[in-house]
Amino acid sequence: MTGLRYVYAVCHPLGAPLQAALSGVAGDPPRLLTHRGLIAVVSHVPERDFAEEPLRRHLEDLDWLTATARAHQQVIDALTAVTTPLPLRLATVFRDDSGVRVMMEEREDDFRRVLDRLAGRVEWGVKVYVEAEAQESERAVSKPASGRDYLMQRRSRARAHEDAWQRAERFAGSLHAQLSAHADDARLHPPQNSALAEASGQNVLNAAYLVPRAESEEFVEMVDRTKGQEPGMRVELTGPWAAYSFVESAGEPGAVETGEGA
Amino acid sequence: MSMPSRMPEPYGQGGGANLADILERVLDKGIVIAGDIRINLLDIELLTIKLRLIVASVDKAKEMGIDWWEDDPALSSGARRNELARENAELRERLARLEELELGRAPEESRVLKEGRASKDGSAPKDVREESP
Repeated sequence: MTGLRYVYAVCHPLGAPLQAALSGVAGDPPRLLTHRGLIAVVSHVPERDFAEEPLRRHLEDLDWLTATARAHQQVIDALTAVTTPLPLRLATVFRDDSGVRVMMEEREDDFRRVLDRLAGRVEWGVKVYVEAEAQESERAVSKPASGRDYLMQRRSRARAHEDAWQRAERFAGSLHAQLSAHADDARLHPPQNSALAEASGQNVLNAAYLVPRAESEEFVEMVDRTKGQEPGMRVELTGPWAAYSFVESAGEPGAVETGEGA
Repeated sequence: MSMPSRMPEPYGQGGGANLADILERVLDKGIVIAGDIRINLLDIELLTIKLRLIVASVDKAKEMGIDWWEDDPALSSGARRNELARENAELRERLARLEELELGRAPEESRVLKEGRASKDGSAPKDVREESP
């Protein structure tokens, strides 16, 4: 099969083989394309699905998008187990191998710089939720008997929410400060929408931490210790991820999420 | 590059992170490279909508911090509008009753009152809502 080339990631040559029986997007096992001492991890994908027009159409299909995103992430995960990959954004597609080589040449300096910066590090995701139950009980009030009652209830509800929010902000803020101090770098991402994330409660902290592999165990234990520490708050840990949140060089558009937030 | 042998087991639900976590990263983070097949992910209508759903904007988060309860779906939904409508109907009714009482006592004055009210009738719901408690 010829087809198009779907690129997952760029990395240094692998020190260990990729896990066997790994199937990439469209079911084609990822291959390693070496160029100038770097490798691109690619799959062959059919033109009928990945040419511009069908790809655009597919991306509008949430089931297809989900399957493709999971397959993409599976390959990145497998790479993360053996090396430090630079993950590319979903659906980066070239006509043929030579297109991939040209791209690697053009971006070589950039790739090497970021690879050096990230070497031996992984990303951990930490989210804090204000539990839904806490919000519910505040909302469980009797029907207002009059306009005055209604407004008073509204005000007390507002005040209760304000308190919960401030408590959440304090907790999230101190957790973020503590974790940042034990990480090489950190990013604050916008909170996730609970409905789509299928998580209960209100997401108030959505952060990513860049942590050396060797210190990951300690980092995970630190996060675990904060679970259940603050009533009504839930702490969630995901990872280890490839350093998705830290691949952009300073000054590039993707780096703007840095800084203050939650 | 040396790899430490020990890494914590992956975290997340059932061995995999949730879909929002994955989409957030593969669609929104990661290195952007213009391939031969040019697709601007943000041009995709569904993606744009879904991304907005997944990732509430920072402005929104700030807004939630300032006026969190207003953002609460249970309060901003139809239920809340119904509540206000009911409240308004009730207040109008009470006002009408008061006017009738007033009418019995002092016809002159109440007509003025009534006219005054009639001219403001359209904005009455707004007045009720904005009245500070």
